Amino acid sequence: MTKIRYYGTGDIPGFDRTDLPGRLVVLEGTDGVGRSTQVALLHEWLEANGYAVTQTGLARSSLVGPGLSRAKQGHTLGDITLNLFYATDFADRLEKEIIPALRAGFVCLTDRYIYSMIARAVVRGVEYRWLKDLFSFAIVPDAVFYLEADLEHLVPRVLAGEGFDYWESGMDALRGDDIYGNYRTYQTQLLAEFRTIGEEYDFIRIDANRTVHEIFLDLRQRITPVLRGMRLDA
Amino acid sequence: MATLPDGTPLPGKLFIVEGIDGSGKSTQLDLLHKWLISEGHLVVFTEWNSSPLVRRTTARGKREQLLTPLTFSLIHAADLADRMEREVLPALKAGAIVLADRYIYTAFARDGARGVNTDWVRRLYSFAVRPTVAFYFKVPLEEALRRILVGRPQLKWYEAGMDLGLSPDPYECFRLFQKRILGQYESMIEEFGLTVIDATRPLVQQQQQVRALLTPHLRGLLEGSLSPWREVLTKEGLHGRYLNVDKLPVQREQ
Repeated sequence: MTKIRYYGTGDIPGFDRTDLPGRLVVLEGTDGVGRSTQVALLHEWLEANGYAVTQTGLARSSLVGPGLSRAKQGHTLGDITLNLFYATDFADRLEKEIIPALRAGFVCLTDRYIYSMIARAVVRGVEYRWLKDLFSFAIVPDAVFYLEADLEHLVPRVLAGEGFDYWESGMDALRGDDIYGNYRTYQTQLLAEFRTIGEEYDFIRIDANRTVHEIFLDLRQRITPVLRGMRLDA
Repeated sequence: MATLPDGTPLPGKLFIVEGIDGSGKSTQLDLLHKWLISEGHLVVFTEWNSSPLVRRTTARGKREQLLTPLTFSLIHAADLADRMEREVLPALKAGAIVLADRYIYTAFARDGARGVNTDWVRRLYSFAVRPTVAFYFKVPLEEALRRILVGRPQLKWYEAGMDLGLSPDPYECFRLFQKRILGQYESMIEEFGLTVIDATRPLVQQQQQVRALLTPHLRGLLEGSLSPWREVLTKEGLHGRYLNVDKLPVQREQ
């Protein structure tokens, strides 16, 4: 049983603090580290083992998703506004998807949680204290797996994938139009920030410099204790 | 003066009005706006829930009743943050007057009435500039309701507080919701040092009082010409026949 715990004092209005039988499992990490691949693999593996699974990610809620995409296209949101937008989106998913799924007994696999939002914002100069307060309505996950790869491993993966993204290269925050240079600078800052945040929020560090298969086996092994008590035989 | 959250004074002035629906605050602000312009001040006006970027999301959330107390609170904070960054801060840094129809106290009152943790909401809005003067138009509930509900207007879902389920009847729900909001406002008068205006007094007398209270704050501000083309017309003997006066930027010209 997962006891609902919030990071802060901020109780969500209208939700009681009854226990939730599901499990909230978060995968965190910077762009290109392979989060979505691992989420997809875990999803299938968990289902094959008889668990009911749901997935959520950032900026996907039915409330804010469209507005956020539109605003980002124009690169028109200020930092505080952008984070409030993200927070709204996150709150919407928390209330409408995550908590109901946990209440129904699902394993909720979450591709990024509040930590990515906090790390990105801190790198852009938003005050950490304010962000921590802002997201204090978030419930504490059962496990946060932080996929950590160093820059030398990340760059080829990004190149093989969709290429350097405007936001993931910090083009909005850094000067100049050298997207590769900016990517390195920005991701270095982001990795450092994740390390700081990770200590505060009890990240389980997963070495993501390895192959997809190795990472998957590692995750599978570490997720098992989190699921304990969900099935009669486990 | 208006000050940044860290206490840094800004050259401009921020005057805001607050009060429950039907308190007459928007009317008073409108009169104030016109007077300040006629006095030659450069005035920027901003109102609650009007950021073009955020409004579409809020509008959809309200129309489709997707908003919970938490997301209602957050999306309105996003609205103010956006207006703060684009409208309020630049104008205050430039030394202009900013008039705001509703401000953070509206969020504190409404979110509080919806059961959102009041400390959390206050910290949420800690990015907001502290206003020079915050007017609270104080009116008894029944008087405000009489003004609003005359003619039985169609009340919107969130406006009536129907999301709280206080009553299945929209009018009764609105009344109960407004009562809660009023209670929140009352407790904020002292907390934030709101300047109370008795909104049951005649409209003109309230305006006199507001102007008298503002006058000491109006020195050394940026001036804006109401119609900068007028001088050309006079000096050159033109009529301005082809000037589309409605579409010309009147206040933000300089």
